[in-house]
Amino acid sequence: MLDILVSGLLVSGTYALVAMGLNLQYGVARIMNLANGEVLVLGALAAFWLYTTAQISPILTVILVIPVAFIGNWLIYRFLLTPLVRRSKSQGALEVDSILATFGMSFIFIGIMVSIEGGFFFYKYLSEPISILGSTTSLNRLVAFLLAVLIAAALYIWLHYSRPGVAVRAVSVSTEASGLVGINVPRVSALTFALGGTITAVGGALISTFITLDASIGVVFTLKALIIVIMGGVGEIRGAIVAAIILGLVETGVATLVDPGLTLAAAYFIFVIILLFRPQGLFGRRAV
Amino acid sequence: MNPATVQELIWAGVLVALAAFWPMMSNGYWLGIGVDVMMYTALATSWMLFSGPTHYISLASAAFFGVGGFVVGSGMSDYDASFWSMLALSAVIGGVLAALIGLATLRLSGVYFVIFTLGLAEMIRNLVSWVQNNFLGSRGLYVLTEFTDAHLYWMLLLTAGCVYLLGWIISRSRLGFALRIIGGDETVARHVGINTAMAKVILFTTTGVFGAIVGAIIAPRWSYIEPNQVFSPQLSFFVVIMALLGGSGRLWGPVVGVIPFLLIWNWVDSNFPNQSILVLGVAFLVIVYFLPHGFVGRIEQLRARARGR
Repeated sequence: MLDILVSGLLVSGTYALVAMGLNLQYGVARIMNLANGEVLVLGALAAFWLYTTAQISPILTVILVIPVAFIGNWLIYRFLLTPLVRRSKSQGALEVDSILATFGMSFIFIGIMVSIEGGFFFYKYLSEPISILGSTTSLNRLVAFLLAVLIAAALYIWLHYSRPGVAVRAVSVSTEASGLVGINVPRVSALTFALGGTITAVGGALISTFITLDASIGVVFTLKALIIVIMGGVGEIRGAIVAAIILGLVETGVATLVDPGLTLAAAYFIFVIILLFRPQGLFGRRAV
Repeated sequence: MNPATVQELIWAGVLVALAAFWPMMSNGYWLGIGVDVMMYTALATSWMLFSGPTHYISLASAAFFGVGGFVVGSGMSDYDASFWSMLALSAVIGGVLAALIGLATLRLSGVYFVIFTLGLAEMIRNLVSWVQNNFLGSRGLYVLTEFTDAHLYWMLLLTAGCVYLLGWIISRSRLGFALRIIGGDETVARHVGINTAMAKVILFTTTGVFGAIVGAIIAPRWSYIEPNQVFSPQLSFFVVIMALLGGSGRLWGPVVGVIPFLLIWNWVDSNFPNQSILVLGVAFLVIVYFLPHGFVGRIEQLRARARGR
């Protein structure tokens, strides 16, 4: 029981981080990014590839990934998604377009990753066992958790106590009103989209230290992140954290008590409950 | 989506009649392609029934298709049932499954629905494998029938024809009119007194029924059924691409999308198997950026321009 609690909590740290990335992209830039999981796997691939070919520690990779992912995601938003934002007449039309476009991107990412590494991204980093509260786990899980918490806390402080952070939150409330008070909405949206993608890629690099991924697993992570975002409420950071913890615990519980093959079914079960009883999310306000 | 015309129905009838001769003119490889074309035509047209007017992107095709194939496999292998009874049962299960999914997700905005269907096939596959491993004990299922590819082709052609006919009837009915209003503006639809959730659930259920039927008909082709194979998520994406490539404005749009996409896919898959996934990605981007209304939309645009001159 304690084992479930400890490893569930540890894994939820990175889940929360990844969901925050998606939350920024959907809540602020208003792009339903279904290539989110593939961006995560790209981060994981970078960590795996640099570690196996050049012995670069995944922690260092995290720092290397930041500028690359930021620029990459900014370019995607600027050149591929901006035309869609401009041509869409309503939020609904933009959603359909962005879903289809990001699907396309996700398959292209998978194609590129398969040609780099077709097998599993398997490597060992900091895998020595440690004991927390009498439950044994591995050091890499703890390190990934701590880094995820650190990044998430930094993000939270930035969003709540800095000027650009306030602008980002303003856009998430209303694009029109933010434009009226002098916020450059297209610019903020592009930067937020890039930031969200960066956080996702960093999360991927961290996850790869303790879960073995492969090129086509991205969609599972997209789903988990989406379920967390919906459970927490779109645009809600506290909600995402609570939701990530719930998902992490339930998944670990099902995997240890029933069958590891049923984690996705467990995530769906939570999803259905949320859709039936609280579609606006745990912390979300009811849409008008 | 405009209501379909009688003229369109006659053309469709002629086309179906002509298509019925294909197995007599071809064999082996080309007959196999024909079966694929018919399978995807039926799937993409039934996808269009729901997603065409409502603009809700459903990725559940693989789930229904897999359920159909699995029910036939399990029924014939584990319980010695006949193919036809299992075909009927799979249609019922597909419909019930679709109705349940619809009731849970279609009351809310479209995004929830897309997300829910995204991992559905994978989730059902996990559940089925788990049940098989723990309670049934057998992993593979055998479907042994007397059917040849030509029989499957005709059955699929008949299914595709039925889907088209149903779509034609719906598009001229009150339900079809209601769906077009929902697709135009859901809030307006609700305010003029349309029970939007009910209309969407009914249509989605028909998609589920036909998806399962197609999966059931294809099962004898494989003869050996394994969850990993029948619940392949790729199928859902194929169906979406083919339907949108053809054009979501017309009921016959999918036919125009299925054939070119399948030919390109087969060519790439046999020559560059590792790059085939890129084709899916490029197809999606082409649809979004260059063919937002598909081939049909492009053709109609050109025709309108020619007339305007």
